[in-house]
Amino acid sequence: MKKLIITMIVLFMSSAVILSFKEENSTFNYAALPKDSVASVAAFKQVYTVLMSARCMNCHPSGNIPLQGDDNHLHTMFPKRGVDGKGVYAMKCANCHQPTNTPGLHTPPGNPNWHLPPADMKMVFQGRTPRQLAKQIIDPKQNGHKDMQKLIAHADDGLVLWAWKPGEGRKLPPMSHAAFKKAWLTWLKTGAYAPAK
Amino acid sequence: MIAITINGKQLEVAADPDMPLLWVIRDLLGLTGTKFGCGVAQCGACTVHLNGEAVRSCVTKVSRAAGQQVTTIEGLSKLNDHALQIAWAELDVPQCGYCQSGQLMSAAVLLRENPNPTDQDIDDAMSGNICRCGTYPRIRLAIHKAAELQREGAKS
Repeated sequence: MKKLIITMIVLFMSSAVILSFKEENSTFNYAALPKDSVASVAAFKQVYTVLMSARCMNCHPSGNIPLQGDDNHLHTMFPKRGVDGKGVYAMKCANCHQPTNTPGLHTPPGNPNWHLPPADMKMVFQGRTPRQLAKQIIDPKQNGHKDMQKLIAHADDGLVLWAWKPGEGRKLPPMSHAAFKKAWLTWLKTGAYAPAK
Repeated sequence: MIAITINGKQLEVAADPDMPLLWVIRDLLGLTGTKFGCGVAQCGACTVHLNGEAVRSCVTKVSRAAGQQVTTIEGLSKLNDHALQIAWAELDVPQCGYCQSGQLMSAAVLLRENPNPTDQDIDDAMSGNICRCGTYPRIRLAIHKAAELQREGAKS
């Protein structure tokens, strides 16, 4: 009996180690997670708060003009999406948006890959309910042809990471990138369930 | 030293890599046709072409232009005979003139990519160039006129 208890304790501790993760580099063993609709939906509700924050939603507008500012107003000058999401004619994103944030308030934020989703797959966040957005994100016909591996990798995409270093005067998403990534991966790995509404 | 090609001339400029391209163009090279307006990419007065794209030189670091092709209003044409310049003069577009080099550089990208622009195309291309004198109606007419000249030139 004593042996059995010790064995059980060892087994419990081992599994606890396997399931542990370092928040900074997110080495959590998600492959070990079973399907869990409750945990998945709870995680997506956290993800949703980030995706609907200004830093993410402003470049996932329902129209063809990006949004701007913490209040999601239409981008001044009304630049258009264009076919490839990188603007049109003399109003291409990279004409003003540099590879890095321009210093100072009310200056263009920057990233080498600054763009909106392309015209043939707009990946709209604005106005989507949690259910609509969850279903959209896991559908390769609506998510930029991303499979599960690409969705997982997207948490560390350069433009996604920009949201946490957005330059002066811009509000950060409502949680750290590490917490977002944890919620993102938990949602995906426990079954990517969509909330009821 | 930073190597840069401006209006077809290969140059080396002694500039800090973070210096705005506009400073290099105006202060180091003396090409003062490009104007300083807002300094934060809001007005379009400083528009020049970087590899053919209408960048706002006030927020573009010279390091981004290293080894690249830059065209300013002085280099838009050799004899001031770009279809846009002819149309601009014919319709007497400028009032005070301050924003006009930026307007022309933006319009040049539009006409290169779309030789027959609609009013909507012109609005989409030119909405980043502000004119405090309100010359917008003449700018629109001149772009249509330049498109016409360009098409006629292509035929002859």
